[in-house]
Amino acid sequence: MMPLNSTREFRRYQAGFAAARGRRMLVIPAGTCGRASGATELVEAIEDALRQTGLETSLSLRVTGCHGFCEAEPSIVVAPEGVFYPRVAVKDAERIVTAAACGDVVDDLVWQDSAGLPVPLQKDVPFFKKQVRTLLSRNERVDPRSVETYLENGGYSALVRVVEQGDPRWVVEEVKRSGLRGRGGAGFPTGVKWDLLAKQPRASCALNGHGGKILVCNADEGDPGAYMDRSLLEGNPHSILEGMLIGAYATGAAEGVLYVRNEYPLAIEHLDIAIREARELGLLGHNILGAGFSFDVQVVEGAGAFVCGEETALISSIEGRMGQPRQRPPFPIQKGIGGRPTGINNVETWANIPPLIEMGAEAFAKTGAKNNSGTKIFSLVGKIKNTGLVEVPMGISIREIVEEIGGGPSTDAPVKAVQTGGPSGGCIPVSRFDLPIDYDSLSRAQSIMGSGGMIVMDERTCIVDVAKYFMAFLKDESCGTCFSCRKGTQRMHEILEDVSEGRAAPEQLELLEELALVVRDTTLCGLGQTASNPVLSTLRYFRDEYVEHIEHKRCRAGVCKALISYSITENCTGCLACVKRCPTGAISGERTQRQVIDLEKCIKCGTCRGVCKQNAVEVA
Amino acid sequence: MNGMITLTINGLEVAVEEGITVLEAARFFGFPIPTLCHMEGLSPYGACRLCVVEIGEGPRARLVSSCTYPVENGLHVRTASSRVIRARKMILELLLASCPQSKIIQDLASAHDVRQQRFRQEHETCILCGLCVRMCEEQMMAKAIGFRGRGEKRSIGTPFDMKSAECRMCGGCIYVCPACQLRCTYTEPDKAVCGGCANLAPPCLEKDGFDDMMCYMTPCVACELPKPA
Amino acid sequence: MTQNIEARVNAGDVLAIVNTHQESHGSLIAILEDIQERYGYLPEGALRLVARTTGRSLVDVYGVATFYRAFSLKPRGKHQICACLGTACHVRGGPQVVEELERQLQIKRGETTPDGEFTLETVNCLGACALGPIVTADKTYYSHVDAAGVKKLLKKAAASTAPEPRPQEAEPGHTRLTASNM
Repeated sequence: MMPLNSTREFRRYQAGFAAARGRRMLVIPAGTCGRASGATELVEAIEDALRQTGLETSLSLRVTGCHGFCEAEPSIVVAPEGVFYPRVAVKDAERIVTAAACGDVVDDLVWQDSAGLPVPLQKDVPFFKKQVRTLLSRNERVDPRSVETYLENGGYSALVRVVEQGDPRWVVEEVKRSGLRGRGGAGFPTGVKWDLLAKQPRASCALNGHGGKILVCNADEGDPGAYMDRSLLEGNPHSILEGMLIGAYATGAAEGVLYVRNEYPLAIEHLDIAIREARELGLLGHNILGAGFSFDVQVVEGAGAFVCGEETALISSIEGRMGQPRQRPPFPIQKGIGGRPTGINNVETWANIPPLIEMGAEAFAKTGAKNNSGTKIFSLVGKIKNTGLVEVPMGISIREIVEEIGGGPSTDAPVKAVQTGGPSGGCIPVSRFDLPIDYDSLSRAQSIMGSGGMIVMDERTCIVDVAKYFMAFLKDESCGTCFSCRKGTQRMHEILEDVSEGRAAPEQLELLEELALVVRDTTLCGLGQTASNPVLSTLRYFRDEYVEHIEHKRCRAGVCKALISYSITENCTGCLACVKRCPTGAISGERTQRQVIDLEKCIKCGTCRGVCKQNAVEVA
Repeated sequence: MNGMITLTINGLEVAVEEGITVLEAARFFGFPIPTLCHMEGLSPYGACRLCVVEIGEGPRARLVSSCTYPVENGLHVRTASSRVIRARKMILELLLASCPQSKIIQDLASAHDVRQQRFRQEHETCILCGLCVRMCEEQMMAKAIGFRGRGEKRSIGTPFDMKSAECRMCGGCIYVCPACQLRCTYTEPDKAVCGGCANLAPPCLEKDGFDDMMCYMTPCVACELPKPA
Repeated sequence: MTQNIEARVNAGDVLAIVNTHQESHGSLIAILEDIQERYGYLPEGALRLVARTTGRSLVDVYGVATFYRAFSLKPRGKHQICACLGTACHVRGGPQVVEELERQLQIKRGETTPDGEFTLETVNCLGACALGPIVTADKTYYSHVDAAGVKKLLKKAAASTAPEPRPQEAEPGHTRLTASNM
């Protein structure tokens, strides 16, 4: 590939790939999730089928990143019609290939609705119907290892538009007008951030100079349960590069760092490929597209520290130190990495920039809600039928996401709450599911948007256990500098342990609340300041569960081991399924007779309840 | 370059030199602010959170550690609002719950009317205030000890917990440690130890080098005891 | 037994790693990552050498090595078993899987079996939340794991060939912001 030295050269080059658009192809998502579900084997099967049927010339195969419907992977989409085949088995590869070649649909392999009728098109499948897939739709078309497919789908056109428009101020104003807010969690208006960075004194902005402004892509997606950033990086790495290039043009930065957590090896691999390709095309480097601005990036791998997702700790880490947060002011925009003006944005924020420029600020602002424009990707996981990534307009209600898109609970136990915002967020009970999802409504409800994790909990999830889980996470991930955070999270965990083990006194609940408020007030950084949210939000909505643990020594969800015991009811038919799976051999009995659990051996792992088809295992 | 900054502390408008911290400004005007991890001559660290003060107005008011916060024009500072007092008391409870034997912590607690704590009692020998680390690095220019790990597992010591080539046995770390103040004045002689060898969990000081150390605890019961064989 | 033998540290290798990353962002962290890739863990000798050659104090180097979970200061087993304890996996029974792994391997998380075969770690989220509970054995992902499936998983992992630590060489690796790229 040769460097493209002007926008005209670029257009000519890009036009060469446009012809491929609209071609019929079989698309298989093979991100980390897809591979774990068998996508690699499916890809091989399709390749074999194409060869054997001789259809390889008329039908192509495109391997992409995550589409979002992880529950249904490995899946196949037939483009351009959009026929959707969920959970494809290797043996069905040939049937799908032959049908696709003549524009047919294999009715028994597509999605079935509740009446058993086939729903062939992806856009009609309930999971996808209410989504607005500005970003994820691009994942469906692009092969992350090939910049040609990115160009084929209009990639880098936004950059060209910006460069041809010629005024960095215009870009900043567009982003401001669009109302885009940071998608990493805090929701700070992106345009304002860029404006502040653009206004910082230029100093020396030479490439590789040590004084210029620097942009950072925060890909340290540490919230357990959130993986939208991974999917964007794995599936469409060029979109992030394009977003950063536009940001560099607008703010005068010449250097960029992509800080990616090391738990995402595939994302790092795809980024490395994309950066190499972009450099070959001259889209990264000196005098990009002849427009007189320069920009290049480096990937920095994280090393396993949740706190490094916090801006100032991130900066420390990029400087090669321990991830200890710093006081603000000074803000990163003024003094960041090595004292340089630093603009940090989340992966999803960067990914939103090219579509924003393409559609224009007004159109972008039309989606979503007031002061909360655009879409947000949520990872809908937990006790939900349709698990995966969903991209929805801001302002949609929780109920719509959980019931219509998510398809309701995954087991017979009804939904109890959703947890949003990860360890910095809170639980929202089912009674408040009509709440619209936007930054402001969620924080009023004692939670936060966070990076978009949405964990569905049912009646078999113990709220005290959830709070305890988050506190265990936080006390481990705290950097340990602030006494209030380090000791506070430890002590909150200690109290929650007491509660879940039936040892707590009623006064400890008040102590927990008092302590939570002080930790929030006195800690330096966002981790400590929000560490109390899991506790405070669960106390607000589920206080009775706490009280039940303390006063009645009862865990109604059947989770807290010290307070429950397993037994087998008369529903038991003696099929011995549980006996075979019990890890400690605690269940015994004659075939066709009611089984008995030896409480001494029982470790309360729940496996028996999981396999019992007679609903004969009782936890009380 | 040093201009003057005007700010309001507890309702009093004051003018101070640019570049000083809110802690220094407040103390200069006689407003008491407790500190634990702060020491003149060492850089501020902001770990103990005892020196928090409330700044700002209305819903955006927040608590910050005054030892690290530089004075700003127009800042509104409250050194003893109810939010601040509540925070200090809880932090002192937490300190007592971890390190009850420290006289400094005990004095601070009683000065703030905290006479009990409601958590499970621990007896830690280090509160991670970092005074020893800063003393070693900034005053003694040795950097023999430092922080390791994070969160619950954070600790202070020498790399690999081995004798340090950089340590000159100056005793500076012991001198500044707030956690070990009381040890030398144990009332039971057979329990008395000088903070020096037992307290700093460290490895940089071998017990048989004890004689060569400069001990700043006087009187120290341990010195009056017959040395162990 | 891997646990008792410190890796022989090749000064040349370490120096090459230091030189590659000295000037780039992340520097010390990137250096330690490569050393760990090379030796399977961070040997004491390597860390001392890094301090000497980078001019960072040993206290700083040791501090960074102990702050981040990805680094191990002890030799690790032939097979890395990593169980995800993210929220989604937790809610679906992740802790029970971890307990079963501990029981089967007879070690606690963070430890290595005495025969040097397995190291058991937990991680706070692998980002494959729809498929939880997840356990990775070396680079292979196992999804929807339950306590009963642990035994088979360990058998499979033991049978797989563990990836050799990569010898340091000029490799594509991360594209870096170096003078030659400009």
